Amino acid sequence: MSKHTLFDKIWEKHVVFEEPGRPTLLYVDLHLVHEVTSPQAFEGLRLNKRKIRRPELTFATMDHNVPTTDRSLPIEDPISAKQIDTLRNNCKDFGVKLFDLNSPNQGIVHVIGPELGITKPGMIIVCGDSHTSTHGAFGSLAFGIGTSEVEHVLATQCLWQDRPAVFEVRVDGSRASGVTAKDIILSIIGRIGTAGATGTVVEYRGEAIKSLTMEERMTVCNMSIEAGARAGMISPDEKTFEYLKGRPYMPKGQELNIKLDSWKTLATEQDAQFDRSISLDASKMAPQVSWGTNPGMVVGIDGRVPSPSDYSDSNLKKATENALEYMALKPGTKIEDIKLDRIFIGSCTNSRINDLIAAAKIVKGKKVSSSLKAMVVPGSQLVKLQAEKIGLDKIFKESGFEWREAGCSMCLGMNPDILQPGERCASTSNRNFEGRQGKGGRTHLVSPIMAAAAALEGHFVDIRQWDIEREL
Amino acid sequence: MKPFKNFKGIVAPLDRMDIDTDQIIPKQFLKRIERTGFGQFLFFDWRYLDDGKPNPDFVLNKDRYKDSQILLAKDNFGSGSSREHAPWSLEDYGFKVIIAPSFADIFYNNCFKNTMLPIVLSSDKTDYLFEKAFNEQIYMLDINLDEQTIKDDLGWSANFEIDQYKKKSLLEGLDDILITLQLKDKIDQFEKHYQL
Repeated sequence: MSKHTLFDKIWEKHVVFEEPGRPTLLYVDLHLVHEVTSPQAFEGLRLNKRKIRRPELTFATMDHNVPTTDRSLPIEDPISAKQIDTLRNNCKDFGVKLFDLNSPNQGIVHVIGPELGITKPGMIIVCGDSHTSTHGAFGSLAFGIGTSEVEHVLATQCLWQDRPAVFEVRVDGSRASGVTAKDIILSIIGRIGTAGATGTVVEYRGEAIKSLTMEERMTVCNMSIEAGARAGMISPDEKTFEYLKGRPYMPKGQELNIKLDSWKTLATEQDAQFDRSISLDASKMAPQVSWGTNPGMVVGIDGRVPSPSDYSDSNLKKATENALEYMALKPGTKIEDIKLDRIFIGSCTNSRINDLIAAAKIVKGKKVSSSLKAMVVPGSQLVKLQAEKIGLDKIFKESGFEWREAGCSMCLGMNPDILQPGERCASTSNRNFEGRQGKGGRTHLVSPIMAAAAALEGHFVDIRQWDIEREL
Repeated sequence: MKPFKNFKGIVAPLDRMDIDTDQIIPKQFLKRIERTGFGQFLFFDWRYLDDGKPNPDFVLNKDRYKDSQILLAKDNFGSGSSREHAPWSLEDYGFKVIIAPSFADIFYNNCFKNTMLPIVLSSDKTDYLFEKAFNEQIYMLDINLDEQTIKDDLGWSANFEIDQYKKKSLLEGLDDILITLQLKDKIDQFEKHYQL
């Protein structure tokens, strides 16, 4: 008998119905809902007089479209306000638990799921958002779906899926100081490209992955979609269980012990077969900075902006030309010489408490460069509260950062937090697509400590030469 | 869902790889709660200049591609966000078929929920189509999903592969939810024995 991967075990356990020649019907354990990709799904239910099959397995919050400024004020944009009201009404009408704008548990859906212990190992988790892969850090199979599929899951608690290939991405070796989980995942995407994992579910393995904290694992799994993967996952271990124990939606006592026994059997078995494998060495990785208009266009901080002539393939040559034109960068420019106008620390990739602590250690007692504007947007209200308890808000504010309410914010600029045309931003988010953070805005993806250091200097700097473990 | 009908249509060439869903429909248009009317926002940042006038350099603004129903693109079309607003905007604009050497997974799946056919065709074949779509005054293709063929008026033709269930689903306009609800007994049975 073949040795099973984590993916195989989860898939097989969730098969509701299968027959040759069509996709498999899978059971969904957890459906996360937000305001942007759900209104049309609820409307579809209403039009067809359908109910939600398992409302208690469905959780909602508003994150994409919410203001990060004073929440006691009304939302200025009437279309945004209507979308938020619509989610509120839908949750009420259909009996879905909602973490509303003023709930202490509100936040980015991929931050609150794990921090509340709603996310659990072995689950199939879906959400109308491509960064749902974040939850794979807990040994779940978690992926983004379209609005039609959101409606399907609401109505049936199931989803039709074609079985994907399983792709092993191994990272071994130990990281240099200043090389973070963000640099690991950007290095992976840089190596395999933005379509390098299309049609697959990635399992991240190896010593450099095992040694990551749960928050760091989430950062890695979060960006799986940027390599084209359906999902990214990591086999659960003691670290996973320790992180989850005691969180509000976790079982307790005997029930917890039963679950733990079951979760301990999930990890990929020794000598399990993968459809594909690659291996990377973390000791050779430098802090990464994206120079172009997709997350595969990255280079080490000690590198330079590439030239279209570096590529022989005519499509890549053209893509590089387009990217450099949009980014207003000249080939051969040293990454450290790129000057910045804005700094954004936030998003479902890098807005958790340890991201903020790491950034605060860099900026404490120092001032943000007068040439730029910088902001921190905590991933959830709980992260914000936790940060304020240890004084991070003061450190950031004294340094010159704005300290905001929780939400997706400038990762996608659906709310008023956007770049102005031509502005250049060091961002801890996940996408540097054209116009992503605002029409004409130029995004460079980096880790939180790289963003923090760049905020002080006004341009990118090699964080490996800094003391990153200063006292708070 | 309405069924897919074979047709003959004009091809518009969009000569770029990695076109992400943020380009197909920028985020400022995702605040609407309706499912229709997104065509006007398709490729918004490329299609319109800062003053709101159509960008004359953008392919869809050129007269000869005005009534196109087939979009020709390069590798990894539809990457990025899962927003179904991307296929909604393409469909609402009038596209019925997208041809590219490869697609991103979520976008590819979302197309089938909206009576849109994404056709995967090798680069050498799409290169031929790009050349014709750029150089012929009006370049049209006959799309036949039953036979899985594409033909032009110059005698060129190609077959394409498609999952047979997806093909059936498009041709019959199947309603996924209705099909699954017919399997209610199976889901009930599963839930009875299932423990996470």
